[in-house]
Amino acid sequence: MSPEWQTVWLTLKLAGITTTVLMVIGTPIAWWLARSSHWLKQPVAAIVALPLVLPPTVLGFYLLLLMGPEGIVGTLTQTLGLGTLPFTFAGLVVASVIYSLPFTVQPLQNVFATVNERMLEVAATLRASPLDRFFSVVIPLARPGFLTAAVLTFAHTLGEFGVVLMIGGNIPGETRVLSVAIYDHVETLEYGKAHLLAGGMLVFSFIVLLALYLINGRLNNGNLKS
Amino acid sequence: MKVPGIHARLSTGFERFQLDVALELPGDGVTALFGHSGCGKTTLLRCIAGLQPCTGRLSVNGNVWQDDDTSLPVHKRPLAYVFQETSLFPHLSVNGNLNYGYRRTPMAQRRIHPSQVIDWLGLSHFMDRRPERLSGGERQRVAIARALLTSPRLLLMDEPLSALDQTSKREILPYLENLRDTLDIPIIYVSHSAAEVARLADYIVMMDQGRVVAEGGIQETLARPDQPFALEEGAAVIVPAVIRERDPQWHLCRAEFDGGSLWLRDDRQPEPGSRVRLQILARDVSIALAANHNQSIQNLLPARVMDMAAEQRPGMTTVRLQAGQTSFLSRITSRSAHQLGLGCGMDVCMQIKSVAIVE
Repeated sequence: MSPEWQTVWLTLKLAGITTTVLMVIGTPIAWWLARSSHWLKQPVAAIVALPLVLPPTVLGFYLLLLMGPEGIVGTLTQTLGLGTLPFTFAGLVVASVIYSLPFTVQPLQNVFATVNERMLEVAATLRASPLDRFFSVVIPLARPGFLTAAVLTFAHTLGEFGVVLMIGGNIPGETRVLSVAIYDHVETLEYGKAHLLAGGMLVFSFIVLLALYLINGRLNNGNLKS
Repeated sequence: MKVPGIHARLSTGFERFQLDVALELPGDGVTALFGHSGCGKTTLLRCIAGLQPCTGRLSVNGNVWQDDDTSLPVHKRPLAYVFQETSLFPHLSVNGNLNYGYRRTPMAQRRIHPSQVIDWLGLSHFMDRRPERLSGGERQRVAIARALLTSPRLLLMDEPLSALDQTSKREILPYLENLRDTLDIPIIYVSHSAAEVARLADYIVMMDQGRVVAEGGIQETLARPDQPFALEEGAAVIVPAVIRERDPQWHLCRAEFDGGSLWLRDDRQPEPGSRVRLQILARDVSIALAANHNQSIQNLLPARVMDMAAEQRPGMTTVRLQAGQTSFLSRITSRSAHQLGLGCGMDVCMQIKSVAIVE
């Protein structure tokens, strides 16, 4: 595989794994935030939103410390025999998950808030257990939100730069993702290669977002019309 | 030992509202929870379903659903609930909605099957449609069918007709009557409509401000002059009767009840032998000391004064009369009652101006 394709493949793999992980852990967080009236709700919501406002370098800096040999997480991973996470692909996944968390949680939280409580009561009277209700009623009704969350998370992870640089560096085939590669090319004045990657990303992002809006438009129309 | 019937002693409260009831309801037939909006009837229904947290004890035909130690979660209670407004799952077709509860009912507990409810509620021609493409009445029929397919031991209905227009109501009531006569499970029916209660209920619980103010068989309870709803404009009694003969010349038919016969208009042309519920408004019943046949009122019956109660509105008196085993209410002015010298135990002639078959 050429270095360019290796970079593209690594980036897509990172975005794909991050999105999958976030769908699994973001969904319960979003559900809890949408439904709970616990006093911890606002603090948790604020923590989830932090990556939106923090410079990625700040986030990356603290993750580096936490996951490094002296950090709490680093000590733990070393005890478990996993080594340390910085400058590995696994470390990038962990960082991306935290960095992209609000892009998963917020759309899901919004759509969960619109799910009519009555529908859940109906399902309960029809013998559905709480987990069953979630899978058979909430997820189908929240489908547009899941689509938005997945696409935003995926796209946002693709474009991640600061955190990657802080925590992953620039190891080809391991942590060298698109945004870092573009930066490298520009720095070494290889504008042609930079164009190829940057242009490709621009077109790709536009197509993804366009598809999202078209599909969501259809879903919403479908709900209103039919 | 299985104790038949529904035994409920339930309390719950939220801001500025407290519900406290102790009820012994029959284990079959239709029980109406009746009262003005805000009286707590829906809250009580939600407590029975387990949708509203409450304290106390609840057993249904011998099975304890809630006591001091345990409270079965909603999905473990073998009940069905029909909500007031449309509650069909928008992401499923009619067929998908019907199957939702049926699939979740263990095979061994299934006593009611899709083909039956489709037939009972007339759903066969819109099974593949989406809920948005149904009329209000059709949606509510699907919701009832969906609820029944869990083969419930108790059917709870929260004003299932109140969100519907008159036409849809008229369309759906015969289905409900059919269910009452077909199913052998108790139905608790919340309503603020005296007409629905008169038509469907066997037993009635009247509620006000979170408490039960009167309860009993529909006939006896509606005929109590002291029950709170007898003192209102629409006070009426329900009299079960059998159509005995029709008089085509005068467009009348004769309905026989326990205590005599009444002539009524033959508009609905009921078959002789059919059972009907007659509704007689208290304001349509007047009292004479002796039968006077020189007048327009056709239905004159000997009756005895059983009870008298002054109404809240000054100048009006509600009198309970009995003919045979059947009670009637009469609403007259207090001056008439005084001038006739009415008193408990007096034999009088009851003049009934208008009788209607409940519909």
